[in-house]
Amino acid sequence: MGDINTAMAEQYRNNFLKEVEANVEEGQWVKMCMQCGVCSGSCPLGPAWEHPPQEIFMMIRAGRREEVLKSESMWMCTSCYNCIVRCPRELPITHIMHGLANYAHRLGLAPKMNPTRRFAKMFWNNLTKSGRVNEIELSVGLYFMDGFKTGIARAWAMKDIGLGMLKTRRLNPFGFVSHKGCKDKKGIHRMLKKAREIEDRRKGFAA
Amino acid sequence: MADVVATHETIVVVGGGISGMTAAVEAAETGKNVILLERAPSLGGRVNQLYKYFPKLCHPTCGMEINLRRLRGNKRIRVLTQAEVLKVEGRAGDYKISVTLHPRYVNDHCTACGACGEAVATEIPNPFDYGMSRMKAAYLPSLMAYPQRYVIDPSILGTPDAEKAREACKYGAVDLDMKPETITLTAGAVVWATGWRPYDAAKIQPYGYDRFDNVITSVEFERLSDPRGPTGGRIVRPSDGKEAKNVAFIQCAGSRDRNHLKHCSRICCMASLKQTTYMRERFGDEAQSTIYYIDIRAIDRFEDFYQKVQADSTVRFVKSKVANITEDEATGDVILHGVDTEGYHRYDNRHDLCVLAVGMEPSADAKAIAGVAVDASGFIELGPTDGGIFGAGCAANALDVNRSVQSATASVLRAVQVVNRVAKAEG
Ligand SMILES: Cc1cc2nc3c(=O)[nH]c(=O)nc-3n(C[C@H](O)[C@H](O)[C@H](O)COP(=O)(O)OP(=O)(O)OC[C@H]3O[C@@H](n4cnc5c(N)ncnc54)[C@H](O)[C@@H]3O)c2cc1C
Ligand code: SF4
Ligand code: SF4
Ligand code: SF4
Ligand code: SF4
Repeated sequence: MGDINTAMAEQYRNNFLKEVEANVEEGQWVKMCMQCGVCSGSCPLGPAWEHPPQEIFMMIRAGRREEVLKSESMWMCTSCYNCIVRCPRELPITHIMHGLANYAHRLGLAPKMNPTRRFAKMFWNNLTKSGRVNEIELSVGLYFMDGFKTGIARAWAMKDIGLGMLKTRRLNPFGFVSHKGCKDKKGIHRMLKKAREIEDRRKGFAA
Repeated sequence: MADVVATHETIVVVGGGISGMTAAVEAAETGKNVILLERAPSLGGRVNQLYKYFPKLCHPTCGMEINLRRLRGNKRIRVLTQAEVLKVEGRAGDYKISVTLHPRYVNDHCTACGACGEAVATEIPNPFDYGMSRMKAAYLPSLMAYPQRYVIDPSILGTPDAEKAREACKYGAVDLDMKPETITLTAGAVVWATGWRPYDAAKIQPYGYDRFDNVITSVEFERLSDPRGPTGGRIVRPSDGKEAKNVAFIQCAGSRDRNHLKHCSRICCMASLKQTTYMRERFGDEAQSTIYYIDIRAIDRFEDFYQKVQADSTVRFVKSKVANITEDEATGDVILHGVDTEGYHRYDNRHDLCVLAVGMEPSADAKAIAGVAVDASGFIELGPTDGGIFGAGCAANALDVNRSVQSATASVLRAVQVVNRVAKAEG
């Protein structure tokens, strides 16, 4: 992965904006930002971000590549879409945040211990294994992500919600033994592989 | 209204604001016959509702006075008020314009003595003050109204109040039997000067114009500052009448925004800069004005004005478009939330009053009424369809008074050429 990072940096030398436009989902919108600040002010998680979206867009244009890609900021986005509805220029800010996070992840620059990144990976692996999410496995995996002790504490804190989900049959308690995957698992795997190939080719990740 | 004579050589001007009045006077001064149609009961348009106007900070009455004198002195101009243009059909040199004349219920014997107003009890919201004050249902539209004639509001027809008005008039001027009338005028060319209206601030949901008393618009602030306005020129808060010494101005409220008006309304930066001078005039060093902006657009010569305001220690500039406003219910204060662009600092700033510098949109749908070409915002363009119809002033673009007047002159030049061609052809 480190190699891809260097290759990308070299290919777009001194022009991080171009790199973002070519490789990040909806990245071509970054240049349309007029730095009004509405997105940053509207983000409910804004106070927790190191660099709010408006600042990230400016940093991209200023070529601060490492700082942006290594940032925890875009991983904070919860997809509430507040920014998108208010942006006077209609930038798809939410999508750009996810696009940046994804790109940083693929270059191996995303912060390793970022909880959103770890959960996203866990979710992806869980989902793609059988084509259908195995809730119990995913929840247990998530609770115990940081070790046994915190896992127990987390599971205990969430027990009422868990029981509620069991009662309303939103959680299959036997998921560990009897999870029903999709019928054509192989088909799904083939499809995902193909999609990945197409994306890699388009974004220049292909070997 | 059989006495309105119009021919293929007549120029009809639609809208009697500063642009339409200028167009009418200038066309008439070149020797053309002009009919000036104004929907409201008085000429003057929105400039009359300003306290002062930039850049020289003179009072609008002064410019009005000059225009009215030129207009009154010219026999070639026929003014029809309460005349609303419904449809324009035809082509350059031969237009048919259908106009509805709404009744005033007061004829031209009126001396504006005011007796009917005193006799009537019913009060209605005063549109001249954007509804911030109330007035009698028999009223003079404004001090500078032209014609100087009272109006009886149709809401009191058939009530004892209407009879009281009639009985009070010593001149037999109240005529309650007037009926609306639709007439058709002929014209060789049309100058379309229907002007603008403020963008509906309630549509900007995060700013809470419809929810918070102390969020008002820039046009309302003009009325608040005017000694002839609803508060006698005291700058106070609508919620509790307390003096508003700490005022926030939010720029681009509804403009430059793909969710609202796409265009820059061009005058609102200057309007807010000007309004900070009202604050200083009223409160001296105790005034606190804060302008929240994306970028200040004080075009060409107005840069001087901007620099003067920048030098005023009571005025602060925050480079940020405010994200949203909340209200402190206990005090009625407004709290502006956002992140500034110079350093990305988060702020939650408390103010007594917030003024939204609302954008301008065209007041009439010129495309539907007259079939002319308009741009994405509805402003009239010079296009292949408008052979003899020319936009002037804010009907053609978001403009200040100076540029509106220039645009009116340009349109008159074009209209005169059309009419001259007709005259030549008719021999
Ligand atoms: C807050 C604010 C402050 C401003 N301050 C300044 C300033 O200090 N200096 C400056 O230069 N400019 C200022 N402006 C801009 C100024 O108001 C405009 O430039 C000016 O009003 C344009 O005049 P107009 O005649 O084109 O339009 P209007 O004043 O809108 O006049 C149009 C007229 O047409 C009539 N009309 C509309 N539809 C019809 C119809 N269908 N049939 C017949 N008649 C119709 C209307 O009743 C109206 O009388 C300010 C604007 C705002 C919003
Ligand atoms: S709201 Fe839109 S234009 Fe404004 S700073 Fe954010 S992305 Fe840029
Ligand atoms: S969608 Fe993401 S970036 Fe946008 S306001 Fe919500 S959390 Fe913030
Ligand atoms: S209508 Fe009659 S009473 Fe009313 S102002 Fe005119 S002249 Fe006076
Ligand atoms: S003139 Fe100023 S406030 Fe008005 S729309 Fe343009 S930039 Fe915004």
